[in-house]
Amino acid sequence: MLTVVALIFIVALLSPWIYKLFKEKSGWVLALLPFGSFLYLASWLPHIAAGNVVQQSTTWVSMALFEVNLAFYLDGLSLMFGMIITGIGTFIVLYGSGYLAGDAYLPRFYCAILLFMGSMLGVVLADNLISIFVFWELTSFTSFILIGFTHEQENSRKAALQALLVTGIGGLALVAGLVLMGFASGHWEVSALLNEGDIVRNHPYYLAILILVLAGAFTKSAQFPFSFWLPGAMAAPTPVSAYLHSATMVKAGVYLLARLNPVLGSTEIWLILVGGFGLLTLLVSAWLSLSFTDMKQILAYSTVMALGTMIMLIGLGTEMAMKALAVYILSHAMYKGALFMVAGAVDHEAGTRDVLKLGGLRTLMPISFAAAALAAISMAGIPPLYGFIAKELVYEAALEAPLWPVLVITLAVIANIAIVAASAIVVIRPFLGAKVETPKKAHEAPLSMWIGPLSLAVLSVLFGVLPFLIDTSLMVPVASSVYGVPMDFYLSLWHGINLPLILSLVTLAGGILVYRIWDGLRESAPMKVYQTGFAMGPIRGYNGLVNGLLGLAGWQTRTIQNGLMSNYLVTILITLLVAVGYTFLTRSGIVWNPGFENMLIQEWALSIAIITALGIMLAFGHSRLTMVIGAGVVGFALALIYLMHGAADLAMTQVLVETLTVILVVLVLIHVPKLKELRSTTSKIRDGVIAVAAGALMTLLILAVTAAPFDAFISEFYAEASYPLAHGRNIVNVILVDFRALDTMGEVVVVAIAGLAVYALIKMKRFGSPPDTNTGGRTSSGAASKQGGS
Amino acid sequence: MMKSLILHTATRLMIGVLVLFSLFLFFRGHDEPGGGFIGGLVGAGAFTLYAIAFGTEATRKVLRIHPITLISVGLLSLVVSGLIPMFVAEPFLTGKWLFIEWGAIDTKLSTPLLFDIGVYLCVVGFIVTVIFSLEEEG
Repeated sequence: MLTVVALIFIVALLSPWIYKLFKEKSGWVLALLPFGSFLYLASWLPHIAAGNVVQQSTTWVSMALFEVNLAFYLDGLSLMFGMIITGIGTFIVLYGSGYLAGDAYLPRFYCAILLFMGSMLGVVLADNLISIFVFWELTSFTSFILIGFTHEQENSRKAALQALLVTGIGGLALVAGLVLMGFASGHWEVSALLNEGDIVRNHPYYLAILILVLAGAFTKSAQFPFSFWLPGAMAAPTPVSAYLHSATMVKAGVYLLARLNPVLGSTEIWLILVGGFGLLTLLVSAWLSLSFTDMKQILAYSTVMALGTMIMLIGLGTEMAMKALAVYILSHAMYKGALFMVAGAVDHEAGTRDVLKLGGLRTLMPISFAAAALAAISMAGIPPLYGFIAKELVYEAALEAPLWPVLVITLAVIANIAIVAASAIVVIRPFLGAKVETPKKAHEAPLSMWIGPLSLAVLSVLFGVLPFLIDTSLMVPVASSVYGVPMDFYLSLWHGINLPLILSLVTLAGGILVYRIWDGLRESAPMKVYQTGFAMGPIRGYNGLVNGLLGLAGWQTRTIQNGLMSNYLVTILITLLVAVGYTFLTRSGIVWNPGFENMLIQEWALSIAIITALGIMLAFGHSRLTMVIGAGVVGFALALIYLMHGAADLAMTQVLVETLTVILVVLVLIHVPKLKELRSTTSKIRDGVIAVAAGALMTLLILAVTAAPFDAFISEFYAEASYPLAHGRNIVNVILVDFRALDTMGEVVVVAIAGLAVYALIKMKRFGSPPDTNTGGRTSSGAASKQGGS
Repeated sequence: MMKSLILHTATRLMIGVLVLFSLFLFFRGHDEPGGGFIGGLVGAGAFTLYAIAFGTEATRKVLRIHPITLISVGLLSLVVSGLIPMFVAEPFLTGKWLFIEWGAIDTKLSTPLLFDIGVYLCVVGFIVTVIFSLEEEG
C-alpha cells in the first residue's frame, strides 16, 4: 500500500512532464494511475469479505518516546473509502481533462489533484495516528491549492483561505487529540487501539480527547456551525468540487469518527455530541439548499446535509445505524459525484449554473440528462435506485435511536423532504420544460465529461436492483469495522409495507409539494431570514474573528515594533538582564577567576585591539562608516582568537561573514540618511547604564561557565565517530551535513526565506507598494545598525 | 559599479581563482577545513566583487542563472538528499555512501555531499540575491 500511495505522489510531481509528452491525451494516460490503484484495492475484496484485515508497516521516525510508522491498515471501512477515492478519482481526472481543456493551468490541475488523491488515500489507509494526521493536513493543504485554482479571482483566494483556516484550526485540535489518545492508551496504531477502547473511554483525558478529535472531524466534514467553508469552496473548478467537496475530502471527518467509533464511541456524551451535531447539521443545511438557485450551491448544502446524516448515524452507534452508514456513504458518493459533474457540464456547455436561467436541455445534452436524472432519483431516495435502500436504512436507524427516537425521525423526515425537492430542482429545472436562451449555445459535453457521471448513475441503478452484488462483499465488512464487532446482513430493495416505507412515501409527497411552491418559498421573507441567519451568520462570525485577530496583530505590531532601533535594543537587553541575571544569581552566583596570568602576549594584543576599536567607535561614533569599520575590526580580531584555539573552520567563516557583512552594510548605507543624535542626555545615561550592566552580566556569565568542569563526552563522541560513521575527518563539516543535518536544513531554509524576503521587500518598494514612506526609511536604518552590530 | 582600472583588471584575474578556490574549499570540506557554507561564502564573495567592479547587469550575465533559482535548486538538493535513504527504508536524512574505485579513480559519492551542495547553492543564492537587490535599488 505504501507503494501505491508513494507512486501517486511521484506521478503527481511528474505530471507536468507527462502533460508535455501526451498533450491533450494526458487525461486518459493519467487516469490509468487511479484506475490501477482502484483495481489493486479491489483485488483485496475477497480477502476482506472473508473477514480478514491487511497490515503493512515501514518505520518512518523512530524516537525514544514513540514511533511514527508509515503503517497501513486495510479493512472494510478503509477499503470502501479507498475504492471511492480511486474510482471516482479516475473519472475526475478524465472529467478535468475535458472541463479544463485549453486552460493554461491544466498541468497544475493534474499535479494538485493527484497530490490530493495520494494524501486522501493516505488518510484512509494509514494506521499510525501521526501519519493519519500528516496525510490529513496534506489534504487541507492540497485542497487550499485546488480551491484557489483560479487564483486571479479574489473570491477564489478568499474561499481557499477560509477553507484552510477552518480545517487547519480543526487540524491543530485533532493532532492534540490524537497525541493525547496515544499517550493515554500507549498505542500509536489505530489497529491496536481498536481493541483498547475501554482504556481510552475510562481515561481521565477521555473528554479532552473526544472534544479535540470532534473539533477536527466537524471542521473537516463541515458540520454546523463550521459548515460555511464548504459552500464557499464552490469557487473551485467543478472537478475539484465534485471530488474534494462531495465525494472525498469532506468525508475525512466522517471516516475518522467511523474509524474511531470502536475506540471513542458508545458513551452517552458521544451519542449527544456526535448525534446532536449531525442532526442539527442535516436539518439546517437541507432547507438552506432550497434558498439558492446556483446548482453548485444547492448541491453543496445537500452535501452538508448528507455529511450531517453520516455523522448522526455514527453518533447513534447502533447496529442498524452502522449498516445504514455503510450503504449511505457509498450511495452518496455515487449520486453526488455524478450530479456535481453534470452541474459542471451544464455550466461548461450552457454558460451558467443558475437554474432560473436554464431549461429544456434534455434534447441538447441527452447523456448528461440521463446521468443527472438517475443520480437525482437516487438522491431523492426513490426505488429501485441504491439511494432508496440507503434512505430506508437511515429511517430504520432513526426509529431505533437510543435517545428520543421520535424527535430524530421527525427531523430526519423534514430534512429529507427538502432533499427530495432539491433533487427535483437540479434536474427538472435545467433539463425539462421549455428551452431557454443560455449564455452559450449548449451542446452535449465531450466523452471525457459524461463517462464519469453516467457510469456512477448506472452503478446506482445496478446496486439498487441487484444489492446482493455488494452486500456481503463490501457493506458487511464496512459496517463491521465501524461497529467493532462482526456483523452479518443482506440488503434488499423490498422490505414489505412497514413504517420506513410509509415515511418514504410521506417524504416523497412532501418533497413534490415543496418543489411546486419552491419559487414562492425561495423568495418568501422567512426563507430570507433563515438564509441570513444560518448561512450568513457563521460567515459573519468567521469574518469578525479574522478581522479581530488582524486588528489585534496590527495593534500589537504598532506598539511593540515602533521602528526605533534603540527601543528594541533596550527591550532586548532589559529582558536579558532580568531573565538571565535572575537565574544566574540564584542558580550559580558570581565566580571571579579571570586567569590573567595565563594569557599569552598575542592574546593581550588582540584584546587591546578589540577594546581600542570599540573605544574609537564610541568616541567618534557620529559617522556610520566609522562604526562599521570599528565593528569590522572586532570581528576580524575574533576570527584570530578562533584561529589561536584551533577552530580553523570557525575562523574562516568569521572572516568571510565579516567581509560580506561590511559590503552589505556599505550598500545599505548609501540609502540611509545621515546619523543624527536624537536622544536627550537622560536617555543617553539610561542607555549607558543598561549597556554596561548587560556587558558586566555577560562577562560574569562567561567566567562562571568556563569555571565549571568541562564535559568532553559530546566532543569526544564526534571526534571518534566522525570517520567510522560518516567517512569524514572534518568534525565541523560532518556535524553540519550528517550528524545534525536536520538542524542545518532548518537553518538553510531560514537563510533561503530571508533572501526571498529581502528580494520581495526591495522589489515591492520599487513598485511603490508600502503606503508609509516614513516607516520604510526607519526600517532600513534599523537594518543598518543591526548589521553593523553583528 | 566602480570605474577603476586596477579593480577591473584585478577582478578579471581574481574571479576565476576565487570561484576555483570556493570549489576547492567545498570539496575538501569533509576532511579538511572548508565545506558548503564556507565555500558558498567565498563563491558569493567572488560574484560580489564582480558586481562592485562591473555592476549587477554584467554579473547576471556571468552568473547566467538567476540567484533565486540557485536558492530553489539548493533547497531541492537538501530535500532530495534526505529522501534518498527513505527509498531503502531508512529514516529521512540518513547518510548513504557510494565508494567508487575504478582504475586511478578512487572517490566517494554520498547524500551528505548532495546536502552540502544544497547548502553551497543556498548560501551563494542568498548573498547574491541580497547584493543584487541592494545594488539595483538606487
